[in-house]
Amino acid sequence: MSFLLVQALSGLATAATLFLVSSGLTIVFGVTRIVNFAHGSFYMVGAYAGWSLIERFGGTPAGFWGSVAAAALAMGVLGAAMEIGLLRRLYRSPELFQLLGTFGVVLVVQDLTAWAWGPEDLLGRRASGLKGSIDILDQPFPLYDLVLIGLGPLVLGLLWLLFNRTRWGTLVRAATQDREMTSALGVDPARLFTGVLFLGCALAGLGGALQVPREAVTLQMDVAIVVEAFVVVVVGGMGSLTGAFLASLLIGQLQAFGILVFPQITLVIVFLFMAVVLVLRPHGLLGRAEEMPPTAPATVTVPLSRGRHAGVWALALLAVMAAAPLVAGDYALILLTEVVILALFAASLHLLIGLGGLVSFGHAAWFGLGAYGSALLVKHMDAPMPLALAGAPVLAGLGALVAGWFCVRRSGLYFAMLTLAFAQIVWSIAFQWYAVTGGDNGILGVWPSAWAAGKAAYYWLTLALCGGALWLLRRAAFAPFGYALRAGRDSGLRAESVGIDVRRFQWMAFVLAGAAAGLAGGLYAFAKGSVFPTLLAVPQSVDALVMVLMGGIQTVAGPLAGAAVFHLLESEVMSMTDWWRLVLGLIIVALVLVFPKGIVGFLSGLRSSFGRRRA
Amino acid sequence: MSEALLTVDGLQAWYGRAHILDGIALTVGRGEVVALMGRNGAGKTTTLKAIMGLVERRAATLRLDGCDLSALPTHRIARLGVGYVPEDRRIFADLTVEENLEVGRQPPRPGAPVWTPEKLFALFPNLAEMRGRRGTRMSGGEQQMLTLARTLMGNPSLLLLDEPSEGLAPLIVRQMADAVRRLKAEGLSVLLSEQSLSFASAVADRACVIETGRLRWTGTMTELMADDGVRAAYLAV
Repeated sequence: MSFLLVQALSGLATAATLFLVSSGLTIVFGVTRIVNFAHGSFYMVGAYAGWSLIERFGGTPAGFWGSVAAAALAMGVLGAAMEIGLLRRLYRSPELFQLLGTFGVVLVVQDLTAWAWGPEDLLGRRASGLKGSIDILDQPFPLYDLVLIGLGPLVLGLLWLLFNRTRWGTLVRAATQDREMTSALGVDPARLFTGVLFLGCALAGLGGALQVPREAVTLQMDVAIVVEAFVVVVVGGMGSLTGAFLASLLIGQLQAFGILVFPQITLVIVFLFMAVVLVLRPHGLLGRAEEMPPTAPATVTVPLSRGRHAGVWALALLAVMAAAPLVAGDYALILLTEVVILALFAASLHLLIGLGGLVSFGHAAWFGLGAYGSALLVKHMDAPMPLALAGAPVLAGLGALVAGWFCVRRSGLYFAMLTLAFAQIVWSIAFQWYAVTGGDNGILGVWPSAWAAGKAAYYWLTLALCGGALWLLRRAAFAPFGYALRAGRDSGLRAESVGIDVRRFQWMAFVLAGAAAGLAGGLYAFAKGSVFPTLLAVPQSVDALVMVLMGGIQTVAGPLAGAAVFHLLESEVMSMTDWWRLVLGLIIVALVLVFPKGIVGFLSGLRSSFGRRRA
Repeated sequence: MSEALLTVDGLQAWYGRAHILDGIALTVGRGEVVALMGRNGAGKTTTLKAIMGLVERRAATLRLDGCDLSALPTHRIARLGVGYVPEDRRIFADLTVEENLEVGRQPPRPGAPVWTPEKLFALFPNLAEMRGRRGTRMSGGEQQMLTLARTLMGNPSLLLLDEPSEGLAPLIVRQMADAVRRLKAEGLSVLLSEQSLSFASAVADRACVIETGRLRWTGTMTELMADDGVRAAYLAV
């Protein structure tokens, strides 16, 4: 009994941190309508900065709390700087650009943090004056955690006062509802938003700095916390502070007791909880329907064009690529094989984004599921390569069939969050289920059959399979199926009123895209000879998004070009530096700011602006 | 006519590639009420939005009391003393009546009437009874009054009123006309867009008639009422 009570209390302490971080995320989202992926980075840097300050000044209670406050304020300033430098330019962009742009910041911050504090995990000193524990029903409980438990409601109360009892808070709430009208009343929205980012990021920094006495400060804590905070914000209802508080409490308890019941799948429980909540209460516990952000489809309304002589060009390209083994060496062939595989991966995501308007943030799930499907068949059933390859799209397609049923019920940001959640579920299974998947050791020894073992032979096999799949995807885009998808993307309501079952088409697209990504994953597994959980992780999903974005959303050929450029950049340029995250992050940020239409869109834009007399 | 408070000349505006306004020119004198008249889609709302800096792209000579407005962002235009009351009201539905007024509050401005919530509650007695009520629980007429009151909290010297009588019950329309006359008496200048000739003739000194984004006619309200030709050409539905 007393054990359960202590477990519940430690769940409350976890909830307090979770709430601090999520409240910042939900405030920023509520006002700017941007889901700030970099929010976790402010938490992480807040923890690092807090660690340094506490090491130096944390000897006294005043020093400790002063250090925590200083770290929080510093993160607020950085957040304001990010608003001015980046977010301000993204308010009118589609959510894909906002998510990617802020993910670029995540990468940059990871490398800068590693550069400043080194790669080692850091253990902070305990909070001065709160080092002991007290006995609760004969069980010791840390005093510091008890303080944290009190801090959650305190911050909630202070935020409530700020938003409901001050002029600044009133203006922020007004701007949340109608930015344009607020500015027509003489309020500078830019300054207001900078202030909101200051507040949101300071809360993240506060959460981070407060973690220093509890756990090690690591370079992985940014993505871990931001994904958890996403869950809290989505469960609570996006933009709702009280909702975030409630959801933090629930998820804190779920984690505290989940670890007792299912120690292997704690991560899965949290995401399953979110999926269930979203199906039962689509807008979260306390969210409201009108809080749904308007998605910004405006930039993808340019109709896809078939392109003149597209078939001829495609065949020519295929012929050139098929001839490549005659001149290319082994290394170049390996690279080309990967490019072809990634092209299919990117094209499958493009089917969802470009045609369906469905921004998936967890597309790696299907790529990885395909890869694991093949690898598991080889490892546990000794399957020959053809059978294992056939299993890849089947397993991925089945996974997408289940996940898709949930995901297509929601659109916009909620869809993105749901796909992310499913990707995290699959990832955590691969990561935690050692007996079957080998955990983070992955599965080794996934080699092609003898007849396809040569680099050239495997390349041709890949080219044939991916080429076929790409042809199918393109056929789908210009078939009634593709038109129905696009109709649903541009106006779901109107599409439904002419008799299109939008949700069903989106579900079908989700499964098709998942199966195609799965095939790519299976081919990837045999190309590499091994699979690891990273194939399912968030960065892999982001890679796919970057490829699609690089190529441009408006063209069918875009993802192919994007995959090629991205993979060559990744393997050739980024392997030359240890700071590849920094480079990639900056590329992503530049991409969303400078080339919102992607490479292909940019080129055709240049072409048409030369061809047209300027107005 | 007194010295002009607002001067608009050669106003052009676009939505995307669509050219909406082509060379609108008008002035509003101090203490004057000018009605911008025209049919649906003539460009009345766009004219007011363009003055306020709320359209994507525009070009014009825009002066308020000698200040150039053409390059300023919306909130700066508002702070110079231009109050904008949109046609679709756009009250902050999650905020109470008092909070809505608070959002509009700006420091007093020399040469313009000074408003306080108490003074506004006297002008719109209905609002006084629902200070703590949220915008979601108000009727259309009450919302229209609140929108106007909220804008007045900025102590503007010029009021841009977009279709103030649209969609209101006859009794509320009369209250609205009374309010506009009261504001004029307080020394405010008003540029209002209006389709209803009877409302315009009840409050306005002069009228500017526009059609398909161009200025077609200007004159006093009395002249417009006497000119059957103009009314038939540009206003009759």
